[in-house]
Amino acid sequence: MSALEEVRWDAAYNFAYLDEQTKRMIRRALLKAIAVPGYQVPFGGREMPLAYGWGTGGIQVTASVIGPDDTLKVIDQGADDTTNAVSIRRFFSRVAGVDTTEATEEADIIQTRHRIPEAPLREGQVLVYQVPQPEPLRQLEPRETETRKMHGYAEYGLMHVRLYEDIARYGHIATTYSYPVMVNGRYLMSPSPIPKFDNPKMQDNPAIQLFGAGREKRIYAIPPYASVKSLDFDDHPFEVQTWDEACALCGAQNSYLDEVVLDDRGGKMFVCSDTHFCADRRAEGHRGELGGDPAALAFARTAEEEGADR
Amino acid sequence: MTAMISVTGLTKDFVLHTQGGTVIPVFADLHLEVAAGECVCLHGPSGSGKSTLLRSLYANYKPGAGHIRVAHRGEWVDLTQAEPWQVVEVRRHSVGYVSQFLRVIPRVPALEVVAEPAKLVGIAAEEAEARAKALLTRLNIPERLWTIAPATFSGGEQQRVNIARGFVRDYPILLLDEPTASLDAANRQVVIDLILEAKARGVAIVGIFHDAEVREAVANRLFEVTAFQKSAA
Amino acid sequence: MSAAMAMDLAGERRPLLKVDRLTKHYGEQVGCEDVSFVLYPGEVIGIVGESGSGKSTLLNVLSAQMHPTTGTVDYDLRAQGPRDIFTLSEPERRKLMRTDWGIVHQNPRDGLRMNVSAGGNVGERLMAIGARHYGELRREGLDWMTKVELDTSRIDDKPKTFSGGMQQRLQIARNLVTRPRLVFMDEPTGGLDVSVQARLLDLLRGLVRELGIAAIIVTHDLAVVRLLADRLMVMRRGRVVEAGLTDQVLDDPHHPYTQLLVSSVLQV
Repeated sequence: MSALEEVRWDAAYNFAYLDEQTKRMIRRALLKAIAVPGYQVPFGGREMPLAYGWGTGGIQVTASVIGPDDTLKVIDQGADDTTNAVSIRRFFSRVAGVDTTEATEEADIIQTRHRIPEAPLREGQVLVYQVPQPEPLRQLEPRETETRKMHGYAEYGLMHVRLYEDIARYGHIATTYSYPVMVNGRYLMSPSPIPKFDNPKMQDNPAIQLFGAGREKRIYAIPPYASVKSLDFDDHPFEVQTWDEACALCGAQNSYLDEVVLDDRGGKMFVCSDTHFCADRRAEGHRGELGGDPAALAFARTAEEEGADR
Repeated sequence: MTAMISVTGLTKDFVLHTQGGTVIPVFADLHLEVAAGECVCLHGPSGSGKSTLLRSLYANYKPGAGHIRVAHRGEWVDLTQAEPWQVVEVRRHSVGYVSQFLRVIPRVPALEVVAEPAKLVGIAAEEAEARAKALLTRLNIPERLWTIAPATFSGGEQQRVNIARGFVRDYPILLLDEPTASLDAANRQVVIDLILEAKARGVAIVGIFHDAEVREAVANRLFEVTAFQKSAA
Repeated sequence: MSAAMAMDLAGERRPLLKVDRLTKHYGEQVGCEDVSFVLYPGEVIGIVGESGSGKSTLLNVLSAQMHPTTGTVDYDLRAQGPRDIFTLSEPERRKLMRTDWGIVHQNPRDGLRMNVSAGGNVGERLMAIGARHYGELRREGLDWMTKVELDTSRIDDKPKTFSGGMQQRLQIARNLVTRPRLVFMDEPTGGLDVSVQARLLDLLRGLVRELGIAAIIVTHDLAVVRLLADRLMVMRRGRVVEAGLTDQVLDDPHHPYTQLLVSSVLQV
């Protein structure tokens, strides 16, 4: 960097908050994670200026891969304007001086909590997932020593036991988020709590997908164009959620919908969870049944913000 | 005549370690040969070692010296030298043993108790059960008892179940320990008939028969175990 | 097919398990010392002795849950014939333990997943070796519950709602579902009511015979071995003091300790 160039970020901090040694350490973990798709790489997670559960893992990954010229998008359950997303975006504006955007197409790095954007990703983009629990087998096997062996020897029968339990209890595989996947035919992986609706988007995706778990101090990754298969049974194949409704605002029929309660008399509507996708469609002139109603538009936003605080 | 059992130089002592190592000699240097179709009655007063000899012939007791050879599938097997699995094979195929008391297995019905030895040598289940039913009928065990575990049967009924179990399979060698002890006259006659039929088929039989009437009906000769008592030697 | 027929067809008998001078020390303490024996397919062997006699140590070493100090355990692997189990790699050994072997623990909690339904417990080993058809897993689950005399309507209940005897039967089903050739049992009737014990013993006896499974059963209960075991080993202070056919050892015990053991049992 030339001395003449203006420092665009808060000079009290090193670029992107983390010190260079930490970033190098995390980058080494990321390289290993990409080289062994789906494998959980331990890393020396740092304390971050926000609580565990608010995306400390994802922020450290983003901080390690972001450059001054990158454009950042942050979403929380699909929305760009919820508390968590806004705070993280503001954080990187301050400590890295990067441009931010709500447009999926414009972003170089997209940090996400619990969704994959509806718009297709392209080569060169990086999707960073915030992960609360990286171990898909943890619910069934509490011992870390044992789950490590299970990954090491690809002993994954236990994961099917969980799906079996679902069908036995509900008649179908009732797991709707954190739906386990096999990456590259080798490692069982938790896709973080994205809805299973998003699972097929991970398969053969041109973007790099990075996963950071802050509390558990694990990093894993899916390189571009990798095989990512959702587990299932021959007679109970994997299926994504579908809705009878279209988005009430933009009329989309193929997006992931959130249910929004409108009043205390049972009134409700279904709207796209991906706010940017929905706004884009409306800008193109698409309209759902409530798409022209300014009250509904405002209501949708407020409801989503409240939902994000849960 | 074909020899089926050949006992030579058999010696048996009991050493009671729990009672200061007391040695109880039973018999020594005993010789016995039994041919096919022959019924030998072990004879002597109580405590003379009849049961010990009979149990030794079944390899239930382990003698201290000597040999017990039995015919098994055309060969001699020495039960004092045989590996455990060989003894199991001999018992399964060649030597049957009717003990004085039935060892009751919880929940296994009488019919199954009787049919089991036949099934174990590969006889089809229906055939084995048909034989078992025929024997139980012949031994006057009422049909309503067949599906019940014999634990609650009377002593005589249990013994008849035990006898049926011994005869359900055509063992070339049969060892009988007081098979008629608690039977009434009618059932005693059935057992006598069963033994005579077995002899006619060429089965070699060694038995202990306290009942003189049975003894006279079935035994070719008496074998005095007391003749081999150590004290007498 | 019964074990007896398996032997006859084979013509010659090839050992399933060959144990040679097996010794396990815990520092100065002797776990088991110089134990050798051969187990054939379909054979049931009982190991008896009082607490601290080394029988549980022996079982743990035989079932590869513990390494011996010296000695070998050769197992006749389906694919490659006899191999010393301690030279197998860990994944090979783990695979063996959940396919061709079964381990029935004294406490069913050690052998069951208490938070997984009965059907899931039975199906786990099948799923581990690649079963991916829910309907078939379900059928196997129901079939095995019937075999071990559990009410099939309980298939979706968790084992923590089962009685001790039911849990033990479920544990047995869970182990036998892959048709193992060798099952290790550690006091399978321990901790059960006497009436429940009898039912379990009878069930085990039937299954072992019907499926031609070889088994090694550790127990202090002579009635258990009388009913289940073809052969018996009596252990004391880590050593086998007497061995032979079960009825031989129990009816004509030679070793002072065996005589003491047999004479200590109350006759009913």
